Amino acid sequence: MSGRKNTTLKNILLLIKPYMHYMVLSLVFAVISVLLTLYAPILIGDAIDYIIGKGQVDFEAVFYLLKVLAAVIFITSLAQWLMNLCNNILTYRVVKAVRTRAFSQLQILPLKYVDSHQYGEIISRMITDVEQFSDGLLLGFGQLFTGAVTILGTLVFMLSINVKIALVVIVITPLSLFVASFIAKRTYMMFKAQSEARAEMTSLVDEMVGNQKVVQAFGYRDKAMERFDEINKKLEIVSLKAVFFSSLTNPATRFINGLVYTGVGIVGAFAAIQGTISVGRLSSFLSYANQYTKPFNEISNVVTELQNALACARRVFDFIEETPEIQDSEDAIVLGKVDGTLKLEDVSFSYREDVPLLKHLNLDVKPGQKIAIVGPTGCGKTTLINLLMRFYDVDAGQIILGGYDIREVTRDSLRGNYGMVLQETWLKSGTVAENIAYGRPDTPREKIIAAAKAAHAHSFIKRMKNGYDTVIQEQGGNLSQGQKQLLCIARVMLNLPPMLILDEATSSIDTRTEVRIQEAFHRMMQGRTSFIVAHRLSTVREADVILVMKDGNIIEQGSHQELLDQGGFYKGLYESQFAH
Amino acid sequence: MRKLLPFLRGYEKESIIGPLFKLLEAIFELIVPLVMARIIDVGIKNADVPYIWRLGALLVGLGILGLVCSVTAQYYAAKAAAGFGTKLRHALFHHIQQLSYEGIDKEGSSTLVVRMTSDTNQVQAGVNLFLRLFLRSPFIVAGAVVMAFLIDTKAAVIVLVTVPLLSLVIFGIIASSIPLYKKVQKGLDHILLSTKENLEGIRVIRAFRTQNQEKEEYEEKSSDLMQFQLHAGRISALLNPLTYVLVNLGIIAVVWYGGRVVNVGRITQGEVIALVNYMTQILLSLVALASLVISFTKAMASAVRINEVFDLQSEIKEGTEEAEQDQKEIPRVEMRDVTFYYEGSQEPALTHITFQAYAGETIGIIGGTGSGKTSLVNLIPRFYDADEGHVLVNGLDAKTWRIDALRNRVGVVPQRAVLFHGTIRENMQIGREDAGDDEIYDALKTAQALEIVESKPAGLNTVISQGGKNLSGGQRQRLTIARALVRKPHVLILDDSASALDFATDYRLRKALSSDTSGMTVFIVSQRAASIRYADRIIVLDDGEMAGYGSHEELLKECQVYQEICYSQLSREEAQ
Repeated sequence: MSGRKNTTLKNILLLIKPYMHYMVLSLVFAVISVLLTLYAPILIGDAIDYIIGKGQVDFEAVFYLLKVLAAVIFITSLAQWLMNLCNNILTYRVVKAVRTRAFSQLQILPLKYVDSHQYGEIISRMITDVEQFSDGLLLGFGQLFTGAVTILGTLVFMLSINVKIALVVIVITPLSLFVASFIAKRTYMMFKAQSEARAEMTSLVDEMVGNQKVVQAFGYRDKAMERFDEINKKLEIVSLKAVFFSSLTNPATRFINGLVYTGVGIVGAFAAIQGTISVGRLSSFLSYANQYTKPFNEISNVVTELQNALACARRVFDFIEETPEIQDSEDAIVLGKVDGTLKLEDVSFSYREDVPLLKHLNLDVKPGQKIAIVGPTGCGKTTLINLLMRFYDVDAGQIILGGYDIREVTRDSLRGNYGMVLQETWLKSGTVAENIAYGRPDTPREKIIAAAKAAHAHSFIKRMKNGYDTVIQEQGGNLSQGQKQLLCIARVMLNLPPMLILDEATSSIDTRTEVRIQEAFHRMMQGRTSFIVAHRLSTVREADVILVMKDGNIIEQGSHQELLDQGGFYKGLYESQFAH
Repeated sequence: MRKLLPFLRGYEKESIIGPLFKLLEAIFELIVPLVMARIIDVGIKNADVPYIWRLGALLVGLGILGLVCSVTAQYYAAKAAAGFGTKLRHALFHHIQQLSYEGIDKEGSSTLVVRMTSDTNQVQAGVNLFLRLFLRSPFIVAGAVVMAFLIDTKAAVIVLVTVPLLSLVIFGIIASSIPLYKKVQKGLDHILLSTKENLEGIRVIRAFRTQNQEKEEYEEKSSDLMQFQLHAGRISALLNPLTYVLVNLGIIAVVWYGGRVVNVGRITQGEVIALVNYMTQILLSLVALASLVISFTKAMASAVRINEVFDLQSEIKEGTEEAEQDQKEIPRVEMRDVTFYYEGSQEPALTHITFQAYAGETIGIIGGTGSGKTSLVNLIPRFYDADEGHVLVNGLDAKTWRIDALRNRVGVVPQRAVLFHGTIRENMQIGREDAGDDEIYDALKTAQALEIVESKPAGLNTVISQGGKNLSGGQRQRLTIARALVRKPHVLILDDSASALDFATDYRLRKALSSDTSGMTVFIVSQRAASIRYADRIIVLDDGEMAGYGSHEELLKECQVYQEICYSQLSREEAQ
C-alpha cells in the first residue's frame, strides 16, 4: 500500500516537473506574504504604543511606522497576487496535461479494458477524478503550506513577544481542534444516513419519473406518491440531523476562539500592569489570538481533501498506466486494398478463460461473397466481428486477409479495408453532414448527398430544420433509432471500402427501406466481400453463404435453399416465423 | 426563488427564530472589542485586578450566550430548511406525476430526475444558508459601523467609507467572474461530452482510424478550457490582495486619525484598538458574505430550474364522464378523421385516420419506421389529444372521459419493456392493486411468461432489480404483457411489444391472446408482417396516412405499400 502511495507521489512529481519553477515561486511568495501578514499587527501595535493618551502622542514615530506598514501591506498583497497566479498556472496546466494523457490513453486502450469496465467508471476517472486531483492536491498543497507557515510564524512571533501569553494560546487552541474533530466524527454517520436516504429517493425518482409514461398508463400515480412520501419523510428527519449537527462546528470553534481571546486579554492585562508587555503589543497579540485557530481548521480540512485527492490521483494514474493495446510492430505490413479473400484457420477465442466461446473455427471466404451470420443471442456473432476488425486478437489459429495474418499488418491499414455499421449507432455531436463525412472532413457536399441518397437518408434529412447542417443533439436525441442507423449507413456508403461488416445494422429500419438499402449496397459492393449479422431472416435470405452459429460453433453453412433442404436448425428457425 | 417561498409556510416560526437568534449572537460578538477596550483603558491603566477579572468573566459570559444563541439559530434554520425541502420535493414529484406525455417529451425525463434530486438539494441548502448566515454578515458590518460611531463620529466615517469600497471590490470581482466561470463550466461540459462520445464510439473511431483527429479536437477543447480557467483565475486572484490592501489602508487611516484625537483627549488608546478590531471584523464578514453569495447563486440557478418544471402545465384536461356498460353495436374504439401533430412540429404525425374496432376484434397496425404507428395507439388512452377529428372509446369522446376510468379500461404494453424494482407480484399488481395470485398466474400464462416465474425458486416473490436488469429483453416483454393483462382490460395495445420474442413464442402468444381473452379488443403494432397477418383488419400506415385498411388478403390484392412490406419479408408463396 505504501509502495503504491510512493509511486503515486512519484508520478505526481513527474507531472509537476515541467512546471516546477511555478511551484517554487509559489512557495516563495507564500512565505513572503505569510510572514509580512504576521508582521503587520506588530507594526500596528507599535504605532498604538505611541498613542498613549491626551498630549502623549508621538506623531513622528506613528507616521514613520504607518509608512512602513503601508509598504508592508503593498508587498504582502503583491506577493499574494503573484502566488495566486502561480497556483493557477500550475494547477490548470498540470490538469490539462493529465487530461490529455488520459484521453490519449483512451485511444490506445485495448477494447477488452473498455468492454469490461462501466462507462461511468471510466468517465469518472477521466473527468471527476482529474478535477478532484487538481483542485485538492495542488490548491490543497498550497493551503497546507501556507497554513503550516502561518502556525509556525505566529508561534515564533508570539513567543518572541511574551512567553506566558503565548502559552495561554498554545494550551487552549488544541481544544478547538478536538471539538471540531469530535463533531466531524458524529456528523459523519448522519451524513452517511442522509446520503443513503437520498440515494434511495434518487433511485425511486429515477424509476418513477424516468418511466413516467408507464406510471401514468397504469394509474400508478397514487401508489408512487405514497412510496415517495415515505422516503421523503425519512429524508427530512435524517437531513435535519445532519445539517444541524454539522453546522455546530462553526459556533463551537468560534466559542473556543473567544476563550483564547479572553485568556490572552486577561493574562495580557496582568502582564501589562506588571509592565512586561506594552498595550500595543497586547493588541498585536489579540489580533493573533483572533485568527490563530483558523489555520488549524484549514489544515484539518485540507488534510481530508488531500487524502481524497491522492486517492483520485491514484485512480487516474492506474488508468493512464493501464497496459495499452499491443502496438503495431516496426516491420508491420501496410495492407493495400485487398481483393476480399478471407480465411479463418482453426480460430479459437474467449473473453474469459473459463468460458470458451469460439472453438476451432474455419471459414473460407471468396472475393465478392455475401456472408450472413445467424444464430441465437450469445452464439458468438458479434465476437467474430471483433476478431475480423482486430478489436480483439485471437487466442489460437489465425485470420488471413489478402494473404497476410492480420496480426502482421498495421491496424490502420487493416481497418481501412472494412466499412462497419453496428447496431449501437454512434453519432458525434455536430451537423448531419459532418457525421456522414466522419473521418473525411474535406468531402464535397455533392458526395455527402449522394451517399445519403444511397442510404435512403436524404428524404428525412431534407425535411429537418436545417437540412444537412442540422446539428445532431447529444447522442442523436433528435433522431429516431432508424434514422440514426440510416446516417451510419450513409457514413459507410461514403467511404466504400473493399469489405463491409453490417452487425444488425438495419434492425430498426423497416423492411421496405431495408430492401432498398440492400440493393444499393449490392450495386456498390459489386465484387466486394460483406458480412451481415442479422436477427431478421428476411435480411439474410439473399446471402451467398449463411453461417448458422450456435454456442461458438458454426453448425450449418450454405445458401438459404440448401439450408432449408438440409432440414436442420436453420429450417426450424425459419419456419417458426410463419406458424399460425 | 420567490415563487418557492410558499413552501416555507408552516415553518414561519422557525424562519423567524433562526435569523433572530443569529442577530443576537452577532450583537454579543460586537460587544467584545468594547469590553476589551475597557480592560485596557480602565483595568490596565488603573492596575485594577478585580476589574480585569470581572470583565474577563463578562467576556466568557458573552461567549456562552453567543454559543447558545447560535446553536438555537442553527437548529431552527435546519428545521425550516429540511421542512421546506420535504414540502418542495413532495410538490414537485406530485407535479411531475401529472404532467402529460407532451410535457415529459419537452423536458426529457433525465432532466426531470436531476431537478427532482440535485436541484432540490441545492435549494434546500440555499434556504438553510440564507436563514443561518445571510443576515449575519450585513448585520455585523452595520453593527461594527454603529459601534464605531459610538466611539467617535469622525473615526466612524473612515470605517463607513471603507465598507462600500470593500463591497465594491468584492462584489465587482464576483460579478465579473461569474460569467467567466460559466464559460469554464461550458468548457468542462464540452470535455465531458467529448470523453463520453469517444468512449461510446470507440469501435467506430478505431474502424474509421480517426484517433488522431479526435485527439486534436480534444486538445483544442482542452486548451480552450484552460484559457477560460486562467482568465477566470486571473480575476479571482485579485480578490484577496485587493481587500487586504483596502482594509489595511483603512486601519492606517484609523490609527493616524486616532492618534490625532487621542492627542486632544477625545478618545482613548483602548478605543483605537477597538476601532482597528471592528475594521477587521468588517472585512471577515464581507468575505464570508462573498462566499455565501457564490453558493447562493447556485441555489438560485437551481430554483430557476425547478420553477421551469412547475411552469410546465399538463395540456390534457380531465373529463368527467364514464361509459356505462359495453354495447355490442357501438365500436369499442373508433377514430373519425383524426389528425395529430406533435408540439412544435410542422408536419402532422397522423392525418385523416378513420377506423372502427369492435369487441373481440384484433386490429393489426403496420408501417415503416416513423410512419405513426405508436402515435396512433397513444391517442386511445389519451396520452396525447387529437388535434382534429374524434377518438371515441365505447362511443364516448376520449376528451370527455375521466382519465383514470379510461386508462383503467385500456391495457398498454409499451415498446420499451419497463419493470420496476420490486417482486414480480408487486410488478403485476401495478396492473391492478387487488389482483390475487390466481389472476396473476392466469395473466402470466396467457403472456407466455409462466415459465419465467416457474424457473425462479422464489416464484412470484422473485425480486426484479431496477430496470429489470436481471431479466432478458424477451422475458421483460412477456412480463409487461402479463402486467397489462392483469387489469383485464377491454382494450389491449401491444406496441411492438413482442419484438424481442422469437417467432415461435410470438405465435404462441398471439394464439393464447385470442383464445384466453374473448371479448377483448386487441391492437397489435408490429413491423413483422407475420405478426399481424391474421388480424381481423390491418391498418397500413405510410407517413402518418392510412395507405390501406382491410384484411391481409384484401390488402395483398389492393394495397401497394402492404405488398411491398410483405414481399420484403416473405416470399410470394409464403405471403399468399
